[in-house]
Amino acid sequence: MKSSCYIPSGCSISAMMSESGKRIDGRAITKSIALMHDRSNGLGGGFAAYGIYPRYAEQYAFHMMFNSFEAKGVFENYLKDHFYIVHDEEIPTRPGAVYEEDTSGINIEYGMNPITESPVLWRYFVDVPGNRTQFVSESEYVFEKVMEINSKIEGAFVASSGKNMGIFKGLGYPEDIAAFYNLDEYKAYIWTAHGRFPTNTPGWWGGAHPFGLLDWSIVHNGEISSYGINKRYLEPFGYRMELKTDTEVVAYMFDLLVRRHNIPIKTAISALSAPFWKNIDKMPERERKIITAIRQVYGSALLNGPYSIVLGHSRGIVGFNDRIKLRPMTCARKDNMLYMSSEESAIREIEPNPDTVWSPKAGTPVIGELYEEVE
Amino acid sequence: MASIPPEFKVSIDSARCRKCGICVNNCSFGALEFGDDRVIPDDSKCVACYRCVSKCPDNAITITNYQWANRGNANWTPETTSNIQKQAEFGGILLSGMGNPRPHKIIWDHLLIDACQVTNPSIDPLREPMELRTYLGKKPDNLEFVENKEGEIELATELQPQVKLDVPVVFAAMSYGAVSLNAHKALAMAAKKSGTLMNTGEGGLHEDLYQYSDNIMVQVASGRFGVHNEYLNTCSMIEIKIGQGAKPGIGGHLPGEKVGEEISKTRMIPSGTDVLSPAPHHDIYSIEDLSQLIYALKEATNYEKPVGVKISAVHNVAAIASGVVRAGADVLTIDGYRGGSGASPMVIRDNVGIPIELALATVDQRLRDEGIRNRASILCAGSIRSSADIAKAVALGADAVVIGTAALIAMGCSVCQRCYTGNCAWGIATQKPELVKRLDPETAAQKLTNLLSGWSFELKEILGSLGVNSIESLRGNRERLRGYELDEKTLELLGIKSAGVGQ
Amino acid sequence: MVKRIDCKNLYYRHLNKIIQDEAESGETEFILDNLNGQRYLGTGINKAVNITVNGTPGSDCAVFMNGPTLTINGNAQDMIANTMNMGKITVHGNVGDVVGYGMRGGKLFIKGDVGYRAGIHMKEYKSQIPVIISGGTARDFLGEYMAGGIFILLGIGSDSEIITGDYLGTGMHGGVIYIRGDVENDTLGKEVKKLDIDEEDRRILRQYLTEYSQDFGFDVDEIMSKSFIKLLPLSSRPYENLYVY
Ligand code: SF4
Ligand code: SF4
Repeated sequence: MKSSCYIPSGCSISAMMSESGKRIDGRAITKSIALMHDRSNGLGGGFAAYGIYPRYAEQYAFHMMFNSFEAKGVFENYLKDHFYIVHDEEIPTRPGAVYEEDTSGINIEYGMNPITESPVLWRYFVDVPGNRTQFVSESEYVFEKVMEINSKIEGAFVASSGKNMGIFKGLGYPEDIAAFYNLDEYKAYIWTAHGRFPTNTPGWWGGAHPFGLLDWSIVHNGEISSYGINKRYLEPFGYRMELKTDTEVVAYMFDLLVRRHNIPIKTAISALSAPFWKNIDKMPERERKIITAIRQVYGSALLNGPYSIVLGHSRGIVGFNDRIKLRPMTCARKDNMLYMSSEESAIREIEPNPDTVWSPKAGTPVIGELYEEVE
Repeated sequence: MASIPPEFKVSIDSARCRKCGICVNNCSFGALEFGDDRVIPDDSKCVACYRCVSKCPDNAITITNYQWANRGNANWTPETTSNIQKQAEFGGILLSGMGNPRPHKIIWDHLLIDACQVTNPSIDPLREPMELRTYLGKKPDNLEFVENKEGEIELATELQPQVKLDVPVVFAAMSYGAVSLNAHKALAMAAKKSGTLMNTGEGGLHEDLYQYSDNIMVQVASGRFGVHNEYLNTCSMIEIKIGQGAKPGIGGHLPGEKVGEEISKTRMIPSGTDVLSPAPHHDIYSIEDLSQLIYALKEATNYEKPVGVKISAVHNVAAIASGVVRAGADVLTIDGYRGGSGASPMVIRDNVGIPIELALATVDQRLRDEGIRNRASILCAGSIRSSADIAKAVALGADAVVIGTAALIAMGCSVCQRCYTGNCAWGIATQKPELVKRLDPETAAQKLTNLLSGWSFELKEILGSLGVNSIESLRGNRERLRGYELDEKTLELLGIKSAGVGQ
Repeated sequence: MVKRIDCKNLYYRHLNKIIQDEAESGETEFILDNLNGQRYLGTGINKAVNITVNGTPGSDCAVFMNGPTLTINGNAQDMIANTMNMGKITVHGNVGDVVGYGMRGGKLFIKGDVGYRAGIHMKEYKSQIPVIISGGTARDFLGEYMAGGIFILLGIGSDSEIITGDYLGTGMHGGVIYIRGDVENDTLGKEVKKLDIDEEDRRILRQYLTEYSQDFGFDVDEIMSKSFIKLLPLSSRPYENLYVY
């Protein structure tokens, strides 16, 4: 069922973050992405939410999609062998749900698109057994297991695997996906959302965005023309590209550069969306040396092609564009809130009077950071 | 440059030549001159356009390939060598006209069409009805009906705009600028006579052609030349040009010397400036932007005209086509890698893209797999040479085909591949008044009409022999095709069986 | 009569249809309240109507626009005035990327900044000369492939001396860009040259800036008191020698 063909796609994205750690329910982000309904085509929508599981904040939360209960059984045996399961439950959903709020983004005459069918959706809150992390770090251990599950267990797919966060996604328009998952009942200090316009039928829910690994999540608008080499670069590091979407490589790229190679996020972005040599040559000595080295060493990590991306992680969000700004992104701030979206109107739909509105420069990341603890 | 030997050799048979000078006047490339009371050829300038040969009253001229002594080197061929020498001399990009001339396998020629024998009857096309009519445009998945007060059934579904073709062949996008106004006129007149469409290309529409609006497809390309309200509404459909088979991913460029007063008026730019159409539309960097432009055009034309999208056949064409259709295109044109061009960098033309046969087959299949084949008509372009090619394209899934080079040949083109020079001896790819007037629009239109009528007869013969009397029954009917001398994978992609395999 | 429309939750197609129909039956003044994100505003109306927008129009605002006057009280998104033919737009805010793409006539006056690729592919024909004025700053690729028309960038209130991005006028082969202040030479595209302005330029600038200043309440003399430079294409044939045969 995992699609065997490469799927280019266009999209809409929206993200919001409370830098003071205030948790907000999912209605606002849904409203924002619903306004951009026409940027997606009903073949994928999804949300990443941080701070939604305060009760299990210390456990890795696995959001799982299964083809069948049989696959679920196989997976659970695997999980028991490798983790302590602290708690597990079905992810509550509302089949037949559809977004019902009025918005200028949707032409009602086209009919509603309720989400009726879904894979088996389950979540597990797990601890890593202490004796398993003598030689590898905890995160490395979880990473390896996620790769193994996705590639080896037929019919099982890890949608997200971070702490105190989760990804809710599927086939449908994003606002309907939100209704299906009852996102109004979750509270998060970071929400990112994605409406997808893939160029074919992915046929399965795992192909929707956001894409996540550990506490990374990625929403992405555009296409990464360098996908082929990015993928081949990542493979020897143990990453398995199961989704055949370019978005997946972005998440893995951050995981590799930031978590495993310990590169600061900002510097990692100068590998992914690297400055042109013309500009590097003009930089002050120290910076020039760093960026030159980055481009020499991480040339295969350069993401080329049109894109705007919002990366989510437990401490913040990072929005950035390709090197010549071929995809749109607008940002806004209001008090402690930071917004990023493909269109300004999608921000104004939920925050009509922002303090500032701007669109970031190509290759220059916009960074939102938690400066207080999550409430 | 002396190191580059000429490509052709012109010989004048002095015993036959009456020294009338017609050939000298006719050579638009300056290869013939009078001197010493005889015609002196300059071989290095000849492009083998055959204008002189066809005009000589005494059959005194012979053009042959300049014979290189065979050094037996299959790697460093005369062509490769002289290309390097040209670039070493001038720097820059090698340019050429027309489509990919390389001797690659042509899949059409390895497809064989079925015929009826005994078990089902063939039909006599000369005496029985035989339909070629085709409608381009988005079709709904199903129709809905309601009953009116009188208890009669009425159509409740409102169909999207459809364009009627009497023959499943439309003329390819060739801009006024790349070709002459007379050529544009001939195409428009022939389209009207034959009940099909000519495509303006991206250079706008000259006012003289507004009267043919029902037979015109206007193109919107990245340069947006001559695109205004009147243009968008003087047509039966609109095409957004994304790519061209001869140069996928590459923009167009009309050199300033071709931009005279009339072209300047039609394109709405000053005379003498280079006309640049970069590869991307700068309002389309992603698939949802294409959708936005499609609907912008529909909004500007009150949803009255189908909006098509032309893409070139590249590796990922099936997925791209699917996205284009989902983005709202009513007609999808796919242009294969042998497609023609007025000017194309040789390196792109000869090395980028995939054969149209494979692209067409995989696109049609992909759209069917996704249940969206009805949403758009498919036009197949990129070197359609005969009615047989048309029949095969239709059987692979095309709604209709597009002809560019074949149409030019009908008008007199000798495929000399020098369209970019602006010296076309036949008045087609040129803007020089003295050359343009060599092409009489009426005569050229008649030739085009004759070609389409000949092909229509042949198509009907093919349909008849297949035992069907409407082109719909051939469309997508791959069961009636077999492959010969094609490998397994190619057969699989084409979705056809090998010759010799029965039902 | 003024037709006032509350655009809240109104899909763009319905909204545009209402405006088109009303314009058809003679209405000339429109006020649109609570507009947010609706596309193609002002398209498909071939009449000189006035439309005032309170809100943020969606992308492709005024695409192919042919006649109307739009006053936008707010920011505008990407691709405003795409292939616009006639009419006028004043934006009391900033605009996004790719503004005035292939614009061939009319005026686009922006109080604030423009994004990437502003004025790309603008073109002119005889007396039909499109004009874009931005009161703020511009990002990279300003005037890319520009083939005609006038682009004026003012940088009013910018704290930086440099108000343009990189790759200025790359591929430019017609038209003129006026910049208040100066530009860094190494940000110029290969196809443009930088010149001082002359009397004729001052006349043109004053003509358009007078209208612009009235629209936004600036003082034209103050704007004109700072020096300007202009960018012109080196050639109308930038790629003449790119090809060999
Ligand atoms: S270029 Fe054409 S007309 Fe001139 S000599 Fe050669 S074949 Fe004859
Ligand atoms: S159109 Fe003219 S220049 Fe071009 S190939 Fe044909 S004959 Fe030669």
